[in-house]
Amino acid sequence: MKRLKLDWLILPLFGLAVILAAWAISSATWASNLPSPLKTWESSRDYVLQPFAKRGEMDQGILRFTWYSLVLVAQGYALAVLVGTPIGFLLGLSRTFARTFDPLIQILRPVSPLAWLPLGLVLFLNTGKEAGTYGALFTIAICSMWPTVLNTAVGVRAVPQDYLNVGRVLKLSRWKMLTRILIPATLPYMFTGFRLSLGIAWLVIVAAEMLTGRPGVGGFLWQEYNSLIYEHIILSIIVIGLVGFVLDRLMSLLESRFKTA
Amino acid sequence: MAFLELRNVSKGYGGPPVLENINLTLERGEFVAIVGYSGSGKTTLLSLIAGLQRPDTGTVRLNDLEVTAPGPDRGVVFQNYSLLPWLTVYENIALAVEEAFPNHSPAARRQHVEKYIALVNLSPARDKLPRQLSGGMRQRVSVARALALDPQILLLDEPLSALDALTRATLQDEIERIWSTDQKTVVLITNDVDEALLLADRIIPLTTGPGAALGEPVSVGLARPRDRKALNHDPEFKRLRALVTSQLLGYGARRRCTVRTKLTLPDILPEDLDAPRTNRRRPLRPHEIKREEITVST
Ligand SMILES: Nc1ncnc2c1ncn2[C@@H]1O[C@H](COP(=O)(O)OP(=O)(O)OP(=O)(O)O)[C@@H](O)[C@H]1O
Ligand SMILES: [Mg+2]
Repeated sequence: MKRLKLDWLILPLFGLAVILAAWAISSATWASNLPSPLKTWESSRDYVLQPFAKRGEMDQGILRFTWYSLVLVAQGYALAVLVGTPIGFLLGLSRTFARTFDPLIQILRPVSPLAWLPLGLVLFLNTGKEAGTYGALFTIAICSMWPTVLNTAVGVRAVPQDYLNVGRVLKLSRWKMLTRILIPATLPYMFTGFRLSLGIAWLVIVAAEMLTGRPGVGGFLWQEYNSLIYEHIILSIIVIGLVGFVLDRLMSLLESRFKTA
Repeated sequence: MAFLELRNVSKGYGGPPVLENINLTLERGEFVAIVGYSGSGKTTLLSLIAGLQRPDTGTVRLNDLEVTAPGPDRGVVFQNYSLLPWLTVYENIALAVEEAFPNHSPAARRQHVEKYIALVNLSPARDKLPRQLSGGMRQRVSVARALALDPQILLLDEPLSALDALTRATLQDEIERIWSTDQKTVVLITNDVDEALLLADRIIPLTTGPGAALGEPVSVGLARPRDRKALNHDPEFKRLRALVTSQLLGYGARRRCTVRTKLTLPDILPEDLDAPRTNRRRPLRPHEIKREEITVST
């Protein structure tokens, strides 16, 4: 088949058209509660065209909600990176540390955010009104930490012996060995971990907001479900997907800068 | 008292010993070349002297002190250059200089680094990263880094193997100059008998492993400075070359084999543990593993 110059544009648009058609047909036939694409757009127009408007606590422009979510994700993610990277280094460097904590990590890693959140809320119960925020932060941090921890550990173990030999011949101090050799050699792995962690952090925020009812895309989605405004569920899903996609692209760009180090 | 002394040194990597019962003494200021087939244990011998490996039995002594760890008094040019890929040419050498001369002023250190970059003709490439350099250029950076340490003893593992004839000749002259003016002790590993004859006081062939031992050393009595062109017609040079070559061939005849090593590629991308979107990497099937096959024949 002849390849068109505009393939990159035409094919995704075609894909979109297929999905829209399937959606329209579904809402017209078997899924009668599913709002049609057109109805979804009409009902979402205000939220999209005035993305930063604030009409009430739970009635705000969609980008304003997104912004709230992003701020919380940034905080939880920063915590995950700050805690996860050193743990990864310890796992990679110390056999004893790895033997001690590796089984624990393997057990904690698959625990769902939905399970962590109540624990987070309980942990910060004495902070009163802020318990929701801290609980959400705790959940984001603990769920998104693992890829950073594990990739860093793998990276540290994979540092070529040649580089370590250079450090040994030069008799580098422990600190210099870490900063001049181990960290630069591990950076590509660390950034892979950081990217995966960010993806998880974004997954978790939605769940955390749904459960705590915080203002944000996830909170908005849950509230609109309860208010039977199903159009806004679809709007939220699209926004969540787009934001996640953009975040991943940005991290990939950052990651590729370190990849060939 | 010998400057460097290896006594009854054996070393293996779990299997049969790679080196067996090595005895070697070097006087201060001596230039020794070690020649041997690929895989005979030359790099292993060098890392024992460098202190990067400890012998299974026997001792390595430098200045009458047992070698237990590497240090900047022994400058190593690694066979695979071992440049740090995230540092530029300048930074790679500067890191070594920083450690070797902690008491120098920053300006003095900078000058020192520049001097050695100029020595290997890399001034135009001083701010390039190793991956932007050709193999030969990398090798020169590695040589400059070792020389800049101003070590008592230089351990050179095939330091010129990737260079063109011209650069090679220049650096050979440079190594000889540094050796003679700074009174260094040099251990040069090479696969080039002519290079060994040009530079060394003594040539030691390494018998082929496993269980390699040092062969009969050949003293090179050629007068210095040695002139490359004139040497070619020198009867003593021809005699020595025939001697070393026949020694090596003698060892080779006992061995005819295929070395199979798993090819490991440098700069492998990190494994994506959770593999998003892209295909998860699966273990290689046997026929997909790239193997390097070197047939050693005589
Ligand atoms: N780290 C290691 N672990 C296991 N075996 C090793 C290791 N390093 C070297 N060997 C083995 O020891 C033997 C000698 O290796 P060495 O690198 O010393 O050879 P070489 O003489 O330097 O060869 P070349 O000329 O190809 O560099 C080889 O058979 C090799 O497979
Ligand atoms: Mg070698």
